[in-house]
Amino acid sequence: MATLNQLVIGASIGAVLLLIALGLTFTFGQMGVINMAHGEFIMAGAYTAYLLQPLVGTQSVLVALPVAFAVAGVLGLILERLAIRHFYGRPLDTLLLTWGISLILQQVARDIFGAPNVQVRAPGWLTGGLDLGGVRLPYNRVFIMVLAVGCVVAIWLYLTRMRHGRRMRAVMQNRQLAAVSGVATERVDQLTFFIGSGLAGVAGVALTLIGPVGPTLGTNYIVDAFLVVVAGGLGQLRGAVIAAFALGILNSFVEFWVDNGASFAKVVVFAVIIAFLQLRPQGMFVVRTRALS
Amino acid sequence: MPRGVRKPLVMAVAAALLLSATGCAEDPTAASGAGSGSTIKVGILHSLSGTMAISEVTVRDAELLAIEEINAAGGVLGKKIEPVVEDGASDWPTFAEKAQKLISQDKVATVFGGWTSASRKAMLPVFERNKALLWYPVQYEGLESSPYIFYTGATTNQQIVPGLDYLKEQGKKSIFLVGSDYVFPRTANKIIKAYAAANGMTVLGEEYTPLGHTEYSTVVNKLQQAKPDAVFNTLNGDSNVAFFKQLRSSGITAAAMPTVSVSVAEEEVVGIGPENVAGHLVAWNYYQTTSGARNDTFVKAFKGKYGAAKVTSDPMEAGYNAVYLWAESVKKAGSVEVEAVKKASAGISLETPEGTVTIDGENQHVFKTARIGLVQPDGQIKEVWNSGKPIKPDPYLKGYPWATGLS
Repeated sequence: MATLNQLVIGASIGAVLLLIALGLTFTFGQMGVINMAHGEFIMAGAYTAYLLQPLVGTQSVLVALPVAFAVAGVLGLILERLAIRHFYGRPLDTLLLTWGISLILQQVARDIFGAPNVQVRAPGWLTGGLDLGGVRLPYNRVFIMVLAVGCVVAIWLYLTRMRHGRRMRAVMQNRQLAAVSGVATERVDQLTFFIGSGLAGVAGVALTLIGPVGPTLGTNYIVDAFLVVVAGGLGQLRGAVIAAFALGILNSFVEFWVDNGASFAKVVVFAVIIAFLQLRPQGMFVVRTRALS
Repeated sequence: MPRGVRKPLVMAVAAALLLSATGCAEDPTAASGAGSGSTIKVGILHSLSGTMAISEVTVRDAELLAIEEINAAGGVLGKKIEPVVEDGASDWPTFAEKAQKLISQDKVATVFGGWTSASRKAMLPVFERNKALLWYPVQYEGLESSPYIFYTGATTNQQIVPGLDYLKEQGKKSIFLVGSDYVFPRTANKIIKAYAAANGMTVLGEEYTPLGHTEYSTVVNKLQQAKPDAVFNTLNGDSNVAFFKQLRSSGITAAAMPTVSVSVAEEEVVGIGPENVAGHLVAWNYYQTTSGARNDTFVKAFKGKYGAAKVTSDPMEAGYNAVYLWAESVKKAGSVEVEAVKKASAGISLETPEGTVTIDGENQHVFKTARIGLVQPDGQIKEVWNSGKPIKPDPYLKGYPWATGLS
């Protein structure tokens, strides 16, 4: 029964990983921008939920989902317009730039909201959990899993069924060809960055249910998010989903089987990813294109 | 020369003489350099950025309040205290660097600072090398007694041991240890295991997670499997928020499996969410609800300066006390010179928000009253037990037979 419980825990860790990595599959995976400030968009989403709390009461988590998407998206758009677009094609410079911006954003949050953690109250229907014959399913974990699956489905529909989404994929697969076919690639970049950052905001709201809400919220998760995207294959939604759940479940079992396993599980996850990337440097899935880059 | 010109000249000479005269008079106190001028400089060195800022900013606030109060009452040795605030940035080498800067560049009389044991361990050699003073305001794992550090927080026999005594008194036979993976929890748990072995308690498990860890469902699952009577929690910082939220959503209640935390105070309860941690136990020496007129004025002054929504907590109070204890020692020594202050400090006793604290000259720790508290749904902590009188600090646990071989 403990093992079954651990499987559920692994799946819920996977859902959290997936949520925080989804936005990165856009900005990092599709555009190749190493955005170290992605974690701070997650933080912005969490603080959005906190700010909405006095206005809309205990249901703030629900209201906050779309609002945080917009807030983090706009922040991302501003960042892209003001800074990142001048650094396209220069990954190392982008990394340093966005890392600096992430430190600035953290300190801004600290100055506005104070250094101590703040509390986002979960709605009553999210406290407690379901008991399925000894396997415990906390409602907030179920909510995060449903939210992660919902986001994946929405993104998938967007990328495959909608004109904007198809253009986004076209730009990602072959920028020059898309441009000569009449796609306004700069507009597409902006939109991609908006959606990618917005998804970070959504993840931030979800994280208020299980963890601390403070200025360093984003940094707690940013490395994991990059790991998922790299292991899954750049820009691959399918890869991100599989990688997130695989890493989540691996992590939960190693931690459970080994005494004092939290640190050890991290080591194992890193080792597995390194070994895996030795075998498949492109990650699980690779887009085959005829682009020369 | 017309008279009108000569007069200012005479006055200028007189003024110059007067100035040099007062300068001479001040000379003895100016030995460390900090006493020159009309102020005494002191360093405040806490993490104002990074992961520890959550806790340390509040201690800085409390220390600045104490300085302000002492200055309003006339300062020390007729001079105002001038704080020089530096940011340790949650980075241990930075703490050592800034400590050196405060000592050699700002020539401060003393430094109030630090929170994590790692930051204290980084600063210790700097203060010992420079023969400068550090006042460290946080409960810690003991087994240390530097001649250049004053410890105003609890050592283990004033917090952890009373916490264990309380659990034993409540009939708890088995415990599970959960902590962050660094020097404080590891050392604390060594002490706890020695206590348990000597007192017929079983330790069912011991789990450490990296600092800043936020995924506790597996640890909670292990707790569910092990079913201990109580959990001893030495997690630090943000991790507590994740731990208590996830503990609660797993359906474990405080009544079925209470936790005793040694790093969760009023400030942390706000971030965790009182409803997530209500009913659990904490071990400290001070709570905002501690009764007494001295605490009432402290809480009122703190809220007056920083806002009515602010809470006061044990490390803040210990930082606040540190400033007062230093000021008292300086007054008694008649100088800010380090060796004189150290010598004068022994036996100094003050009425503080937590009650009477006295500096133990032997080890530069303070006598403190241990208090076990129960977290209330409103976020305040209600005292359920106290040691009755201030406990003599025993950083090396020499007075406890079961602790031989630990240090």
